[in-house]
Amino acid sequence: MTDQTQAAPVAESRVLSTPRLLGIGVFLLVVFVLVPVFISLSGRWDFYYTLTSVALLSVAAAGVWLTFYIGRINIGQGAYALMGGYVSAVLMTQYGVSFWLTLPLAGIFCAVVSVGIGLPILRLRGVYFAMVTLVLTEVARLTALALPITNGAKGITSIPLPGELSIFGLTIIPDFATLANPKLAFYLMAALLMVLTYLVLWRIVNSRLGHLCRSLQQNEELSASIGVNTAMLRVLAYAISSFFGGLAGAIFVAISQSIYPSSFVVQDSVNFMLYCFLGGLGYVFGPMLGTLLLYFGWDLLSIAKQYQLLIYSGALIALMLILPNGVLSLLDKKGGSK
Amino acid sequence: MNAILQVKNVTKRYGGLTANNDISFDVAPQEILSVIGPNGAGKSTLFKQIAGFVTPTTGEVIYKGTKISGLPPHKVARLGVVRTFQETTIFKSMTVRENVIVSHHLRSKASLLGFFFGSSQAKADEAEFGKSADDIIDFLGLQAIRDEMASNLPQGHLRALGMAIGLATHPEIILLDEPFAGMNHDETMRMVALVRRLRDERGLTVLLVEHDMPAVMKISDRIVCINFGEKIAEGTPAEIQANPRVIEAYLGSEDAAIGM
Repeated sequence: MTDQTQAAPVAESRVLSTPRLLGIGVFLLVVFVLVPVFISLSGRWDFYYTLTSVALLSVAAAGVWLTFYIGRINIGQGAYALMGGYVSAVLMTQYGVSFWLTLPLAGIFCAVVSVGIGLPILRLRGVYFAMVTLVLTEVARLTALALPITNGAKGITSIPLPGELSIFGLTIIPDFATLANPKLAFYLMAALLMVLTYLVLWRIVNSRLGHLCRSLQQNEELSASIGVNTAMLRVLAYAISSFFGGLAGAIFVAISQSIYPSSFVVQDSVNFMLYCFLGGLGYVFGPMLGTLLLYFGWDLLSIAKQYQLLIYSGALIALMLILPNGVLSLLDKKGGSK
Repeated sequence: MNAILQVKNVTKRYGGLTANNDISFDVAPQEILSVIGPNGAGKSTLFKQIAGFVTPTTGEVIYKGTKISGLPPHKVARLGVVRTFQETTIFKSMTVRENVIVSHHLRSKASLLGFFFGSSQAKADEAEFGKSADDIIDFLGLQAIRDEMASNLPQGHLRALGMAIGLATHPEIILLDEPFAGMNHDETMRMVALVRRLRDERGLTVLLVEHDMPAVMKISDRIVCINFGEKIAEGTPAEIQANPRVIEAYLGSEDAAIGM
């Protein structure tokens, strides 16, 4: 039964290569219709929580993927997810701002902060950049512990559910508290944001911006000498990446209705990177698939009890050996797509 | 002489090491000027300073009356001074055509946001770049490998591709770093003819750093010779060949003969 949900997106990506519209149609159908139908038929309501997590984590992973695309190993996305989460939580609990407004604000806040952080650290390359970003997550956690506004180790709890979103009196999204099935609502919200995120990412990669990012990834010096403002482009890509991170953090807050300094730790940052690796660094939809396989896979493996970690890490190693360019590199043998 | 580029008293020190010491020379429009000198003489450092990759410790580089030394490379490139690389530096995992298209970046009029949303200006830019890229590919005779992945190309084609990338930025001055290195006689002669065509057909001013003396003598209008970071001679190929200090510099080193 579970195979169905897991395999569906893989099949979808394969269709994407030639009749692109059909592929997107199938994907949307699976995400927004088939999955809810499947869950209500099978009664596995816990899958909603898992799949919602997959959607929001893959938003953050999309950001990490973009920094990979400019040739930087980013192990610091957890910092921005945490930051975005706190921005959303503080705005909602202390200033009574609507969740729907805090969502973009969290992203923008992270993007602005990342410009300040990125300007100096993006000059570093390779393992040096990776090390600094690794530290960022820890810095973010300690900052959250120390600041008065984040309420230290106690965190921020009892965050209200997303309220009603209406424009000119027309209700677009009903108050989540009034819904019979908030789990489904959260799932649809996270899935919608995921779809939008990957739409933006796909558009970036397939526009001139993406070509410039690739030139940066392959040869920064040459890129500068053909007139690309490499410093600006790096910071721009990093800011977009952090925007996604903040967005994911804000969704997380809405779902868990709480946030603590340990909500996103170094382990999460490493996971975001792994999702990108496993899915495929050369493919826009790599991080999405990687997140699904790894997160969902981990969840399903819980039936193996004490062997869960063993099987999981064994599978990871095997995947890296057999498919070093990610799961999506399987498509390349069939003509493939980006 | 109405110089397009002036190198004025350029000195570059790395700690105690003086890579360039008080080097000055002028470059005339549409001139082919070679900078020669034994290994480690400071030729590449000089090029890097002209292209903006390294800032001179003292002295300055003037292009059309504007000081360009100290500007970042992308600004220098924007003004029209573009460098190709010593190593055959290209974008490896792109096709030849993609390499050339992406290098048209300088000439794009649409904003990045415009590209994101696919504005009409962005579409016009892309169409223009594609056409211009094809022109350059035809000019350099690379039609046969247009859609080949750059990482699969042999040396000679890589060098030509490096030049195509440089041309795509539509420079006024192109700096060629060892364009003949590792080439046999026939390939060198073809490249010499090509560099001439850059000047004659595209109106470029060409600066080159090179070791291959026969090629340098054949191609250059003028030559600047550097040894131990200092300019020791400047003049036409005939003058350089007869210059006692140049002969001494080359005979002083074992492996490089001045090759006449």
